[in-house]
Amino acid sequence: MEVDIPSALAALAPKLGGTGVEKAQRLTGGASMETWAFNLIGAGEPRPLILRRRAVPLDPETSRSASMAAEAALIEAAGHAGAPVAPLVRLCEPEDGVGEGHITGFVAGETLGRKIVADPRFDGVRPHLARQCGQILARIHTIPTGAATLTTADAQGELDRYEAIYRASGAERPILELALQHLRRNLPPPMPNVALHGDFRNGNMMFDPDHGVAAVLDWELAHVGDPAEDLGWLCVNSWRFGRSDRPVGGFGDYQDLLEGYIEAGGAEIPLSRVLFWQALGSLKWGIMCLMMYSSYATGATNSVERPMIGRRVSETEIDLVNLLEAGL
Amino acid sequence: MIEHPRADELIEAVAGWVESIRPQLNPRDAFLSRVAVNALNAVKRELIQGPAAEAAARSRLSALLGMEADLGTLNAELCERLRRGEMNVATPGLLTALKAGIEDQIAIDQPTYVSVGRR
Repeated sequence: MEVDIPSALAALAPKLGGTGVEKAQRLTGGASMETWAFNLIGAGEPRPLILRRRAVPLDPETSRSASMAAEAALIEAAGHAGAPVAPLVRLCEPEDGVGEGHITGFVAGETLGRKIVADPRFDGVRPHLARQCGQILARIHTIPTGAATLTTADAQGELDRYEAIYRASGAERPILELALQHLRRNLPPPMPNVALHGDFRNGNMMFDPDHGVAAVLDWELAHVGDPAEDLGWLCVNSWRFGRSDRPVGGFGDYQDLLEGYIEAGGAEIPLSRVLFWQALGSLKWGIMCLMMYSSYATGATNSVERPMIGRRVSETEIDLVNLLEAGL
Repeated sequence: MIEHPRADELIEAVAGWVESIRPQLNPRDAFLSRVAVNALNAVKRELIQGPAAEAAARSRLSALLGMEADLGTLNAELCERLRRGEMNVATPGLLTALKAGIEDQIAIDQPTYVSVGRR
């Protein structure tokens, strides 16, 4: 059902402490999530706010996504833990008329990954970003695992889940087969589970040219699991935007990330464990690309974007071969 | 085969036209038009480079598996042996063959992609 978001926000304004809204505009169009920017007016200076709402109802059986209520609880818990977030303003209720969603403050900055790795405006802060990400992850990982209703997934569980998706796709990709086999045979020893962001990568953070990470965004894939999962995901080559020589997000080095993590109270994590999760991350992204292609092949979606994403499987395969050749 | 024009020339012409109308498009369509041009360029590279890449893949996999068959059969056999655990990272020639194959593939799909290097 189409919802008139600007009207719904205008009606909601009094509950947000204003009298109306202006400049409501949709920013991004994910398949399932929408982001809207708007100004709240009537309480002094116009206050820029962000609405994030689910456009399609959440199916708790098949979706990995946390509910918007869980996202909101995590954003608050992350703020208390000392991680930079866009502050929560309101968890929307059904009578708010915007569906399942939440409203946060607006944080200024840049989210485009290739700008973070290449734009001269970020030259000054770039050398500090890997350490800063390590520190932020250590703080996120102190969030009590019971702070929100989250699923739990360890390396074995992730391999099972993604292997099932790969098998169901019918694809025959030798490098993905080899990676599945190799990672299964080299599972890291158990480590206490923590609350994970689940999608902590260059592209899901707001960066300020002077201060670095201004806000950690997109908490949709938060879950409970191995702390090295978040560190490894940040290092997946697909989010280095051409700067594969700088393994952490295309902006920094492993050592700075791991040192920052320990400085802020995180556990000591061997590089080999991060590399395991980085490789598993490439494998997962490759299988996600296959899955997105499948949604085109089966006729579920018809955008030109979907089949072309299928041609990104090979980028994860060449990265996996190089990682396997280097001994992971 | 009709060569006036060749298929890759037709693709190039369409890609050039899509590029030329991009400035008039709204942001969403401008983004999709970029994806469309990328798709056309991948098809063009596949037309030109694909036959040699397939022939090379077939002879590599034949040598690795010790059997003669079409590429689809060889690829499926390799996947099957990996699933059964009969081959692994230590199998002589396996990583070399996989790497040569994926380098040809990425040269078609995303020639500018910078893969993860040595640590």
